[in-house]
Amino acid sequence: MMTADEMTGVIAQICPMYLVVDSAGRFRFAGPTLQKLRPDMTWKRKNFFDVFDVQRPRWVNSMDDLLKTAGAKLHLQFRESPQTSLKGVLVPLPDGKGALINLSFGISVLEAVRDYDLTSADFSPTDLTIEMLYLVEAKSAAMEASRQLNLRLQGAKIAAEEQAFTDTLTGLKNRRAMDHILERLIGSGTDFALMHVDLDFFKEVNDTLGHAAGDAVLQSVARVMVECTRHSDTVARVGGDEFVIIFEGVNEPKVLEALSKRLISNLEEPVPYGGQMCKISASAGTTLSVWNAPPIAAAAMLHQADLALYAAKRAGRSQHLFFEQGMQKDEPQTATQGLS
Amino acid sequence: MHGLINRAIQAFVVSTYGEERWNDIMNHADLGFAQFEAMLIYTDEQSNKMLSAVERSLERPLPEILEDTGTFLVSNPQVEALRRLLRFGGVNYVEFLHSLDDLPDRARLAVADLHLPALELVENSPGQFDLICQPGLPGFAHVMMGVLRAMADDYGDLVILDHRGTQDGAEVISVTLVETDFAEGRTFDLGAHAL
Repeated sequence: MMTADEMTGVIAQICPMYLVVDSAGRFRFAGPTLQKLRPDMTWKRKNFFDVFDVQRPRWVNSMDDLLKTAGAKLHLQFRESPQTSLKGVLVPLPDGKGALINLSFGISVLEAVRDYDLTSADFSPTDLTIEMLYLVEAKSAAMEASRQLNLRLQGAKIAAEEQAFTDTLTGLKNRRAMDHILERLIGSGTDFALMHVDLDFFKEVNDTLGHAAGDAVLQSVARVMVECTRHSDTVARVGGDEFVIIFEGVNEPKVLEALSKRLISNLEEPVPYGGQMCKISASAGTTLSVWNAPPIAAAAMLHQADLALYAAKRAGRSQHLFFEQGMQKDEPQTATQGLS
Repeated sequence: MHGLINRAIQAFVVSTYGEERWNDIMNHADLGFAQFEAMLIYTDEQSNKMLSAVERSLERPLPEILEDTGTFLVSNPQVEALRRLLRFGGVNYVEFLHSLDDLPDRARLAVADLHLPALELVENSPGQFDLICQPGLPGFAHVMMGVLRAMADDYGDLVILDHRGTQDGAEVISVTLVETDFAEGRTFDLGAHAL
């Protein structure tokens, strides 16, 4: 037979957080790691319930209760700070001599290692705590690297969206792309025509049939515009229902006259949506680069096309007009009332 | 090659030779980007282009550069996380050496798609070891030389390392432990990592 000291020596190796309590609930022995948690406390003869609060099972209030938990999981907490939580299991000793309780940190191990400055030597070599700490650190490091990557990718995505040249709804070019193309044409001295197209009755479609119908109409409009123009022309959506078409190499109005008629008439073809027919039309105004004396300014040409468009709207919608000197956005009150 | 490996070499070059030199190297490598991402995968071709550009720019043999990279990974405070992870391998240098057998598995636990070549430690006599590095990642044995040297410093032990060339396709590093507790090592607190 082993003596009690020999026995506890063996247990301390395997379970450095063990406790032996007598039948009255007083400590007889405590493992070395457990002692390290309360270095100033004299464990011997101290009452278990003075040191630990049994959190689960809740009905445990006495040594007799504690013995009844044999084999089940115990949740304990130190009464005094740091109030580290511990898990445990109790095995009654023979002949009513009390019990052996083995404790461990459970999930609180991360704080415990820091709070008590524990080292590998404080854990049994078969204990997986060190591996768990390794994993927590390794995963945190990997997670942090992934998080940083996500942040950079998100930043890059926002930048890419800002730089994008495509209108996502219609697949047409956007205003930024239009600006680039105008700059390129002006820079290279290429002749071009600039047509500003504004949809008529689009607001009514949006208001009566909803935004989804409006979106369907815009997509159909985009298709029509691409079909009516050459591959070398640029169709850009520059506002909710405003479009700009740039005709590269065009220096006389004649071809555009016919094209604009065809365009407006094709846009007037009703678009089926959800069992309803969406009817819209369009007004357009055009200017030519050859009508401008160099140096040509993109903003000035956009303004000219805009004035021609307003004149077309005033002339009764579904019309196309070329820019003429003297056109003005006069009577802004009536103009906006009747035209938006 | 995993981004972490490319990124490690980038960190070493930037920290030792400066950002400008790295940008130069990446210009020569002509990959279309200047920064490796730790959590992305790159082709071997991309990594090899970078490595040859590094070798040309630094005008040093690649094995030497890789060994310095290994040392950097353990000893530079910038990459403290890796040193800590390696220290979890054992409470002393010999235990650490024995933990190297598990290194590829440990690496995979942390980053599932990081595949390191198998390592095997053979103890010829007390204090005399051979570390056998299986093929799969060219230059890995040289990085390990640097890691082993720096970890010995970390534990405060004095070791002699020798790259013994290739045996049966695997590279062999001989490790001779000359003196334990030769110098004061760096401390290692299990809980020092701020979570």
